[in-house]
Amino acid sequence: MSAAARISYREALREAHRKALAADPRVFLMGEDVGRYGGSYAVSKGLLEEFGPERIRDVPLSELGFVGAGIGAALGGMRPIVEVMTVNFSLLALDQIVNTAATLRHMSGGQFSVPLVIRMATGAGRQLAAQHSHSLEGWYAHIPGIKVLAPATIADAHGMLELALADPDPVVIFEHALLYNMEIERPASWPRVDISSAAVRASGKDITLICYGGTLGKTLEAAGLLAAEGIGAEVIDLRVLRPLDDATICASVRATHRAVVVDEGWKTCSLAAEVMARITEQAFYDLDAPLARVCSAEVPIPYAKHMEEAALPQPAKIVAAAKALLGRS
Amino acid sequence: MAESPLPGVDLPCELSLRLLRDMVRIRRFEETCADLYGQGKIRGFLHLYVGEEAVAVGILHALAKDDAIVATYREHGHALVRGMPAEVIMAEMFGKREGCCRGRGGSMHLFDAATRFYGGNAIVGGGLPLAVGLALADQMQSIARVTACFFGDGAVAEGAFHESLNLAALWRLPVLFCCENNLYGMGTAVERAESETNLARKAASYRIASERVDGMDVVAVHRAACAAAASVRAGNGPYFLELLTYRYRSHSMFDPDLYRDKAEIERWKQRGPIHNLSNRLKSQGELTEEQFLAIDAEAAAEVARAVEFADRGTLEPVDELLRDTYTEQAS
Repeated sequence: MSAAARISYREALREAHRKALAADPRVFLMGEDVGRYGGSYAVSKGLLEEFGPERIRDVPLSELGFVGAGIGAALGGMRPIVEVMTVNFSLLALDQIVNTAATLRHMSGGQFSVPLVIRMATGAGRQLAAQHSHSLEGWYAHIPGIKVLAPATIADAHGMLELALADPDPVVIFEHALLYNMEIERPASWPRVDISSAAVRASGKDITLICYGGTLGKTLEAAGLLAAEGIGAEVIDLRVLRPLDDATICASVRATHRAVVVDEGWKTCSLAAEVMARITEQAFYDLDAPLARVCSAEVPIPYAKHMEEAALPQPAKIVAAAKALLGRS
Repeated sequence: MAESPLPGVDLPCELSLRLLRDMVRIRRFEETCADLYGQGKIRGFLHLYVGEEAVAVGILHALAKDDAIVATYREHGHALVRGMPAEVIMAEMFGKREGCCRGRGGSMHLFDAATRFYGGNAIVGGGLPLAVGLALADQMQSIARVTACFFGDGAVAEGAFHESLNLAALWRLPVLFCCENNLYGMGTAVERAESETNLARKAASYRIASERVDGMDVVAVHRAACAAAASVRAGNGPYFLELLTYRYRSHSMFDPDLYRDKAEIERWKQRGPIHNLSNRLKSQGELTEEQFLAIDAEAAAEVARAVEFADRGTLEPVDELLRDTYTEQAS
């Protein structure tokens, strides 16, 4: 198969940017090394040549400043896409995201909304140690006033940006760093996506596995291993971390009566905890077993490969958790 | 567009009287707020601008109608002079639905789309990146407007200040930075917080045109602001004004004001911006005591009407609690 017939997650994102930039002169991309360097994850490679330095705008290393400037530019009539290199660095911009972007519409009594898209890489798996590997999606999902997306498939990487830009409120998009190289055969036409619902990625009647972002691949792998043992696992990809699609989650749990939540965030106060709480609130009497979760170990992500692997959710851990709920060993 | 007075030449009498009138309006408004706080009608944090009136008045009179304003939590005066009706400001502070933000913001978060008043920000330094972004949007859309960003001396120690000044200078953005240096960041004197207390010099180190101005003299503020705004509007990049001023009252209504010398407060009161200008106008024969009293009475009446309006205001129904967290979208 020729290279052009295949498309990676990174290329799908780039195409989405190109399309958005071409369609709307208000759209621009701003971030560290998005221009001349080509993007730290090469998402924006080639866009500078195509759209120029005004719209593919390199910024100094000042996350608080340029994320805040993105908010201001959105208020001023533009449609900025702000790329933050990783979620770890986004903590330097948290004040502007939480105290300004998320609050402005409400504080102003509905006078001002902030049509801003913030993209960032997240997650572990490349031996980058404790300051480049964390998965803090759950922190952002805690905040009313923003929407949080986690494209786990190439179709979502391709389709979510346009919808995020059309949204009148701030949208944060998390791209798991291990997904950028993922490839598929280029589809003849892209499926329609939304930014409101969870998706069933595999069907099964015995147990529901709920995941998002970088854990979708591992969870599907786990579902395959379970299938080999005669266990049918339904895999739900949350896709939208705020607001959560309770209906899709609970419909699956009502059919399978068992669920494991897979989350690369730490267990304590995790997004997994929120999903489990919602299931107990809304589908408790449909459960035949306690809920379970597979999260990252409660430790800063270590550098050494074997230790990093041990700290993260893995297919074997998901399989073990699922079988335990089914009373299988 | 504002008049651009020539340096060394007195302002036209009519303009001077407008500046005086607006300073008196703020003074009356703020003093009434303090009383209302005592009565429990205004709650939460309340930061008053008494003593600092010349800064907002001198600068806002130098701006055009379509310029943008980004202010701090001590912003009632800015909102008032910018043209927001006293009624909706007061109703906001009463937490009433008729307030500018339906009672969602309160004293520290006044917003007004009609006058491009972007708040009312209660995170020290939080408004600076926002102002940079508003100016970036204007630059990218080739609109010759100014974004005036007010902040205090306390903000100068924040990272947001340095990141924002750097971006504004790097991209030559049309921001008018207005540093209201009232010498204290809450209870911490500027010399206890800053290695360099000449804050204009900090801005100059970013290659931003910078100036220190007597913030108690509304004429000086207005002159400097007209020149600065004209420079920004002409595309010369950002401009930084450090306005040396003083708040007569405590930081907020919770502040017992134990960190300032009473004699210092008295000394600054002698330089009060209102009698500074009114005495000058009287000595030039451009204002009589009678006229001054009439200005004061008019301001008092405006504030009384605002209080009456706010008192009559209604409470938003609780079932609207979640409204405006997100934009309502037709599905």
